[in-house]
Amino acid sequence: MSSATLGARTGRARAGTAAPERTVTSAQRSRDTRIGWAFVAPFLVVFVMFLLWPLLHGFWLSFTGESITGAGGDFLGFANYAEALSDPIMWRSMLNTVWFTVLSTIPLVLVGLVMALLVFQGLPGQWLWRLSFFMPFLLASTVAAQFWIWMYNPQLGLVNAMLGVVGIEGQAWLQDPQWAMLAVVVETLWWTVGFNFLLYLTALQNIPEQQYEASALDGAGRWRQLWSITLPQLGPTTVLIVLLQILASLKVFDQIYIMTQGGPGGTTRPVVQYIFESGFTGYRFGYASAIAYVFFAVIIIISVAQLRFTSRRNAA
Amino acid sequence: MTTTVAPQPNAAYRPGPRPRIPGRFTRGANLRVGERFASPGRIVAILALVVMAVTWLLPFLWAVITSFKSEATAAATPVTLLPEDGFTTDAYANVLREGNVPLWTWNSLLTATAITVVTLAVSALAAYALARIDFTGRKWLFYLIIASIIVPPPVLIVPLFYEMLALNLVDTYWAIILPQLVHPAMVFILKKFFEQVPVELEDAARIDGASRLRVFWSIVLPLSRPILAAVAIFVFIGAWNNFLWPFIITSDASLMTLPVGLQTVKSAYGLQYAQTMASAVLAALPLVIVFLFFQRQIIRGFSTTGFGGQ
Repeated sequence: MSSATLGARTGRARAGTAAPERTVTSAQRSRDTRIGWAFVAPFLVVFVMFLLWPLLHGFWLSFTGESITGAGGDFLGFANYAEALSDPIMWRSMLNTVWFTVLSTIPLVLVGLVMALLVFQGLPGQWLWRLSFFMPFLLASTVAAQFWIWMYNPQLGLVNAMLGVVGIEGQAWLQDPQWAMLAVVVETLWWTVGFNFLLYLTALQNIPEQQYEASALDGAGRWRQLWSITLPQLGPTTVLIVLLQILASLKVFDQIYIMTQGGPGGTTRPVVQYIFESGFTGYRFGYASAIAYVFFAVIIIISVAQLRFTSRRNAA
Repeated sequence: MTTTVAPQPNAAYRPGPRPRIPGRFTRGANLRVGERFASPGRIVAILALVVMAVTWLLPFLWAVITSFKSEATAAATPVTLLPEDGFTTDAYANVLREGNVPLWTWNSLLTATAITVVTLAVSALAAYALARIDFTGRKWLFYLIIASIIVPPPVLIVPLFYEMLALNLVDTYWAIILPQLVHPAMVFILKKFFEQVPVELEDAARIDGASRLRVFWSIVLPLSRPILAAVAIFVFIGAWNNFLWPFIITSDASLMTLPVGLQTVKSAYGLQYAQTMASAVLAALPLVIVFLFFQRQIIRGFSTTGFGGQ
């Protein structure tokens, strides 16, 4: 996907890399190889130790009965996977994750777009708008969740107090199975929309000014420009933001764990929390790894599907 | 996954019009000639903007207001915006006297700084080799690094914990820091930037007898300050706010980072709302202050690393 959107500058970069046109002797080549690997070595050490090795080891663990005590590490074949696929809690948490992703992605993209369009109008007080919308993204998940636990407090929270003013009866948002997921989505929207807002703002800035000037000469008004220039130009950015947002939403854990612990009655428990619980409260490392790999498989499938979708779009 | 184009190494070397600097948005769609300032569309836009901004600031303001109330007022119904008995700093005094917030802030600062410095060093070295040195195996190594961007961190928590047990590092700073040093996406972003540094400069220095390391240190790095800053900001804020991994690997309260410590405080304070909010506000404060001072740099950093960072 990157090659297609990078456009002219990648071409420049490639020309730059290919520049040295001297004949490469084999001695020089082996020298370059030694130096090259020396440069890469420090990264490679941490990469292998803390990404590649755990990734492979986790895959091995998923076929064993390994527990935290080190006992029961026998090879079980696909038993963990079979158990995971018939585990109602696994399915429930997987569905919760997908449901959260659906509910959160749409507003996170749309609200981010609206914010960026409004701020880009060039109204005074730019720093204040950017501060308001982007600041929450810089908060730790715990801090953002604490703020909203307090906002949602049934008796003392601002949400119910404000609803009371307009005569709507408040809810126990985080304790009610009907509302808990929605409450978490709203918190997530507040907390992370600033990132999408920023990406849209950058994209808006990159639309060539001449297009607006030309269309203005043709008599196009602001609305007309929005529909015929701005939104079409934002197309590629939107595809990428949606892709990133889906991948980010699928990994949801922090705010749900902090705000509801997955409750009430497991109605908000995401799959990452189930991995965490199987591993660190159930102490079943093998089983937790199997769920982790089912989750990883889902992520890969979605990524590949999105990649194919975007590359087809770019080819067209 | 990355498509954001890194800023040019040095605008002076780039032919053509000066590139726009990410992070400067005031250009906006300015008023056109003959357009009235207070057109109906503009008024609607301003109103919408104000309503949204107030909504977005509200949770923050509400937390700050609560943190300056007495516990009794904070827990009193009906909810009042401003306390009748006046504001007090009791909650902050209590949190700072009894709590671990200063210690946790220090732990966060220490671990996030270490993670940022080491990540930047190892990633930049690797990215430079991948961009410029024609070594055997470079292609498949690059593909391996790109492919690993897709690995979601939660998949690694169990084997990483296992590894920390084996290395006897559970409940140490090392255990917090080490697994957060791997950022394949940052290698990718840096590589793309290094490729845009004019190769003629490097060739000239090498003809003069400078070693690869020397060229990297004295020519490439100084030209790469904007991207290095962007990567540093991204990695630092990610590490400062990381929750899941430090939460798993630390149980000793004196080693906890701010987000993890705050989670344990939540249950400890129970119904002491003012103190809960005071500790949350204190935890938010360092980054809020940094953001107020370096807003432009931070925004530029996120808009350059944005697409590659997730």
